[in-house]
Amino acid sequence: MTTPDYRLTQLQTLEAESIHVLREVAAECERPVLLFSGGKDSIVMLELARKAFAPARIPFPVMHVDTGLNFPEVLELRDKRVAELGVELVVASVADAIAAGTVQEEPNGSRNRIQTPVLLDAVEEHGFTALFGGARRDEDKARAKERVFSFRDDFGQWDPKNQRPELWDLYNGRIHQGESIRVFPLSNWTELDIWGYIAQEEIAIPPLYLARERDVVDRQGMLYAVNEFITPREGEQVLRESVRYRTVGDANLTAAVRSTAANVEEIIAEIAVTRLTERGATRGDDKVSEAAMEDRKKEGYF
Amino acid sequence: MSVPSPAAPVDVHSAAAEAAAEIAHARKDILRIATAGSVDDGKSTLIGRLLYDSKAVFEDQYEAIERASRGDFVDLALLTDGLRAEREQGITIDVAYRYFSTPRRTFILADTPGHVQYTRNMVTGASTADLAIVLVDARKGMLEQSRRHAFLASLLRVPHLVVAVNKMDLVDWSEDVYESIRDEFTAFATKLEVPDLTVVPISALQGDNVVTRSVNMPWYEGASLLHHLEHVHVASDRNLVDTRFPVQYVIRPQTDAHHDYRGYAGRVAGGVLRPGDEVQVLPSGLTTTIAAIDGPDGPVAEAFPPMSVTVRLADDLDVSRGDLICRPHNAPHVTQDVDALVCWMSDQPLRPRQRLAVKHTTRSVRAVVKELQYRLDVNTLHRQTDADGGLELGLNDIGRVRLRTTQPLFVDDYHRNRVTGRFILVDEATNATVGAGMLTPAG
Ligand SMILES: Nc1nc2c(ncn2[C@@H]2O[C@H](COP(=O)(O)OP(=O)(O)OP(=O)(O)O)[C@@H](O)[C@H]2O)c(=O)[nH]1
Ligand SMILES: [Mg+2]
Repeated sequence: MTTPDYRLTQLQTLEAESIHVLREVAAECERPVLLFSGGKDSIVMLELARKAFAPARIPFPVMHVDTGLNFPEVLELRDKRVAELGVELVVASVADAIAAGTVQEEPNGSRNRIQTPVLLDAVEEHGFTALFGGARRDEDKARAKERVFSFRDDFGQWDPKNQRPELWDLYNGRIHQGESIRVFPLSNWTELDIWGYIAQEEIAIPPLYLARERDVVDRQGMLYAVNEFITPREGEQVLRESVRYRTVGDANLTAAVRSTAANVEEIIAEIAVTRLTERGATRGDDKVSEAAMEDRKKEGYF
Repeated sequence: MSVPSPAAPVDVHSAAAEAAAEIAHARKDILRIATAGSVDDGKSTLIGRLLYDSKAVFEDQYEAIERASRGDFVDLALLTDGLRAEREQGITIDVAYRYFSTPRRTFILADTPGHVQYTRNMVTGASTADLAIVLVDARKGMLEQSRRHAFLASLLRVPHLVVAVNKMDLVDWSEDVYESIRDEFTAFATKLEVPDLTVVPISALQGDNVVTRSVNMPWYEGASLLHHLEHVHVASDRNLVDTRFPVQYVIRPQTDAHHDYRGYAGRVAGGVLRPGDEVQVLPSGLTTTIAAIDGPDGPVAEAFPPMSVTVRLADDLDVSRGDLICRPHNAPHVTQDVDALVCWMSDQPLRPRQRLAVKHTTRSVRAVVKELQYRLDVNTLHRQTDADGGLELGLNDIGRVRLRTTQPLFVDDYHRNRVTGRFILVDEATNATVGAGMLTPAG
């Protein structure tokens, strides 16, 4: 690296900031865990965690809140990364919680909301005190308000009107029994930064993010690829379209976008000119109300 | 209701896409900006305008605020006022962070609240800023809150300050109004330490002088706000002279492949570290040399702020979190007596003899307030001393405090090094962050 002017690039600056956050939590918090969804953000977060502690192993487990509605490509990548890194994997299963009667399936089939109590139960069961999440502030206007170290009371709830001041990079991770801290090492990354980093570091991502011809159905202007969880309804036509996913959520509710971006470079070009935010474009569950994310976060959602 | 049809795919080989990708890939630096100023001076509107006019607002975001706007025009402040309570009350409560890029730079915008009750959130947003924009409503002129925020920005040593005289549309674009506010502010700023001050007349609502020069104010000869933000020279406010490396975390793999590896991870707080450098470790005072430095992608030849690296030392010393690596003849002060200006952020006042937890770099210690020397009046900068006893710091007060810590800290004056010169105060009972401290020499 030649840096005669002692400056870092944008991605180097963000990387340094995230690594600092990851180490700070490992040093100060009793029992951290890294939330891994298999999406691009958590994949980048996991890679940053690897770098933060190399050549040692990541000193905390990885947790997947498994809604049971996974794209198989995502599970494959999860298991591969976990094996490569030698980290412990904790799976909190929504399907098990439904079977046990602790949560109930929502009528619209979305498990977005009911995964929150499953997450909170797993946190309690394992005694986790700090949870790394891959959320970025540029995703949503409620996220835009959140601290890097975000305090949660003993019900896992966020109080947006009364957040702890957060000065410089002097993070306060002190809590009482039962409380926890959500930590967002990617707070200041944008969607483009994430893709730029994936390209630069050649990080493996689920193939879902790349465009190819898929069988899709059009539901109210959203394209859903036909899969294990999405079967064409009465009167719906199956179309063959070149599509890709911009976010990877539950396989029954995440829509794809028309795209010809078949590699990461093309994704960057596509996103750079796209005029829709990623959530607006693809997540049926966020459309419900203007403050949907704030409400879910208050309940303890990630 | 008509059902929208899914958008056509973006042509990723179009000229526009390639140009956009080029911007995305450009080797840019980041400028962190915080807004400041009194309630309703137009901070959030300005951020919205900057985002909107630089085409950083997505269609669905714009449609959402169009629906939520109550007046005759689209309320751009809603782009950052994202909390339900903020929209209901039409004010900003907590900092919102927004991001946008131009071909020259990437900007991280912290939109902070003007309301005095939420000053601590303003301090949160300003603490990481390279540049602060203090808005002043042209009709009202400088208010107590404008002074408080300008003072806080200077206290935090935000290296660049821009005063945006806003709502010029409501004073008939009057040059006289602008000049009188500019002069008043400049006079006030001479009492503060403001290294770089720029004043711009704007209308955040209508966009004058925000992204492009205003046709309504031909008398103004300076650049638009965005032009200034893109070109302001971010003179390195990092200290590249005095080596400071607070040890954050000790990496010991204890695996066969890395049996003897022992690395000290942390973020460089000052100076430039290189393998071969002779270094001293505090508090032990022992000296050794740097054997190697590992960056995120393997060994590096040098490390400087704000890099996160892992330092390996030639000798096997006892080093742990909270220790500090420096050069033998250039060490920070090792002290248990801390003199600092403190911004107090709790409803419970700060009083002498109070006990608090202190976090300074990676070191956490306990402290007692030995003395509260004075409280500052932010309007006049007058120092109120503890003449008849009973002096205390209330919520949002700023005062000079002397602390005695249980363990030594390794400190520099804040004006010399912003990293080793700062600390936070934490209430040990509630665990809340209750104060921000900046070490300042007596005087
Ligand atoms: N006429 C005019 N009105 C403006 C201008 N800028 C802002 N306003 C209006 O002033 C009011 C307050 O604007 P905000 O942007 O919410 O003010 P703020 O400084 O963010 O307020 P707080 O965050 O609560 O401190 C709104 O009604 C704006 O539309 C301007 O340049 N001209
Ligand atoms: Mg505002």
